[in-house]
Amino acid sequence: MFMFEKAVGGSRRYRLWICALLILMAIGFACYLRQLQFGLAITGLSRDVTWGLYIAQFTFLVGVAASAVMVVLPYYLHNFKAFARITILGEFLAIAAVVMCMLFIFVDMGQPARVFNVLLYPTPHSMMFWDMISLGGYLALNATIALVTLRAEREDVAPPHWIKPVILLSIPWAVSIHTVTAFLYSGLPGRSLWLTAILAPRFLASAFASGPALLILLCLLLARVTRFSAGREAIQKLAVIVAYAMTISVFFVLMEFFTAFYSRIPEHMDSLQYMFVGLDGHARLAPWMWLSSVLAVASLVLLLTPRYRHNHKLLALACGMVFLSLWIDKGIGLIVAAFVPSPLGAVTEYTPSLPEALIALGIWAAGSLILTVLYKIALSVREEPLASAAPPARVEVLI
Amino acid sequence: MKISRHAFLRLSGMAFLAGAARKAIGAIGGTRWGMAVDVAKCQKQENCVKCIAACNQAHNVPSIPDRAHEVRWVWRDSFEHAFPEQVDQYSPLRAAPAMLLCNHCENPPCVRVCPTQATWKRQDGIVDMDWHRCIGCRYCMAACPYGSRSFNWMDPRPYIHNPNPEFPTRTKGVVEKCTFCSERLGTGRAPACVEACSEKALVFGNLADPHSPIRELLATRNHMRRKPELGTGPDVFYLT
Repeated sequence: MFMFEKAVGGSRRYRLWICALLILMAIGFACYLRQLQFGLAITGLSRDVTWGLYIAQFTFLVGVAASAVMVVLPYYLHNFKAFARITILGEFLAIAAVVMCMLFIFVDMGQPARVFNVLLYPTPHSMMFWDMISLGGYLALNATIALVTLRAEREDVAPPHWIKPVILLSIPWAVSIHTVTAFLYSGLPGRSLWLTAILAPRFLASAFASGPALLILLCLLLARVTRFSAGREAIQKLAVIVAYAMTISVFFVLMEFFTAFYSRIPEHMDSLQYMFVGLDGHARLAPWMWLSSVLAVASLVLLLTPRYRHNHKLLALACGMVFLSLWIDKGIGLIVAAFVPSPLGAVTEYTPSLPEALIALGIWAAGSLILTVLYKIALSVREEPLASAAPPARVEVLI
Repeated sequence: MKISRHAFLRLSGMAFLAGAARKAIGAIGGTRWGMAVDVAKCQKQENCVKCIAACNQAHNVPSIPDRAHEVRWVWRDSFEHAFPEQVDQYSPLRAAPAMLLCNHCENPPCVRVCPTQATWKRQDGIVDMDWHRCIGCRYCMAACPYGSRSFNWMDPRPYIHNPNPEFPTRTKGVVEKCTFCSERLGTGRAPACVEACSEKALVFGNLADPHSPIRELLATRNHMRRKPELGTGPDVFYLT
């Protein structure tokens, strides 16, 4: 297939990494076969907490996927040249993240063999229908853009003109995928933690922090293990984006607290209370949520102080903290806590089971494999003598 | 066959009128099933589970011991839990039993969110389900503000001890709930729980008929609905 020969073979370290990922995927797949046979009872889910790790990972990863727009927009719309080398990395990250999203939805289904019922009986009044359209469309857009521009780069020719409107379309589309994902939750009566108009803005803010933070970490990692360099300017610009987005994200979360605890409406306070101090003596999430809060504050200190932000070691630490903090918040807390207490006031706690965690890990491994292969292709194209002689001929800027 | 423009317009006009007429007739002389639970009568027999047992038997509801994986169609909880914002600490109702089931809402969130139309609102008000279309995404369970839906976390059949051959069993990975005994209504019988109640505490009837017994009860007795502020419009009433 197209350029995939470049992903086959590589250094010993590369092959070892691929093997490790394949092993994790195999373990996850074996656990999934068990789940397929016995049903979702092998997970930690219950009649009170019906969504857990899988759906929370999906929610978090939609954010990572959407964040590609944070490199695409400055580069194509504002002619920010420093992002020329990393735009393709952002687009490939989006592809890997969307594929993981789809896998997480798939493993959460009770009857996966019937997945095509969603297409057979299209239902516009269900937000899940729109989520399917937006995710599928986003995957197609990013795959098209990344492969077409990369091929042009390899051939050292200008990319075709028709790609420009496609790139333009991908910008609002990225916003739409996370908005629709927030709508999955924020329109449900009786789930007060989600029933907030600020959920979509909150999702976008945390996405634009966690995604670029991951991209910085990936760029710093690539600089260590390959000859690729993102350039200091690009990394620093991404760091500023992460700093702003993380600040806004924390601000939004604090607004939720004000509304709930100043109004003192019980059902608006209950889930937040469960998250941070526990409810009826059940507080399994609390240590996680406090860790997330401490990491968020610490990362903000590092990101908002120019001296620390300019130091790439501290920046990497800050990005790691942003990513972990938002992963806890969105990849566990926000989804699980909305089910506590149940509609009948029962406090049921949730902990993922081992097979459930291994299936999730397997999907993360699959995503990492896709990302590794795509990055290998992109970097191999760049390292070819033809391309290295001349500056990359990407699409002309749009404005 | 060739069709003239005039004939086409006439036919479409007639089709439109016929559709509108059908809706209008349905709205006037139609049926809207509802239930009223007489709490005082229900309270008379302590720890009575006749209605639950009858429903479970009629519908092959599995008896799964593990609370996390339980399947419930009709069950019993306290008023305090069923009406969290409506029953205060001084209310005599606090510890009264509340028989809970699907509310067959007028405006059901579960129907709104289902991505495959595996659950839908019938003309007669019943929120029905197709267990063969359900993909098991559990979106309806997140959307239901009453906890009235159950998921088959595993194969339910080993937990059905005395299967009823007249009613289908379900498979793992699908959601299920009370259907107001739509299969019995079709043959002119009252729901299984209503029939089983020796105190006649469960009154089932047509809410669209102003002279039906249930409407007379609702017109003369104080009653409550669960979480009315959410606008779902439950068709299950609690006479207090």
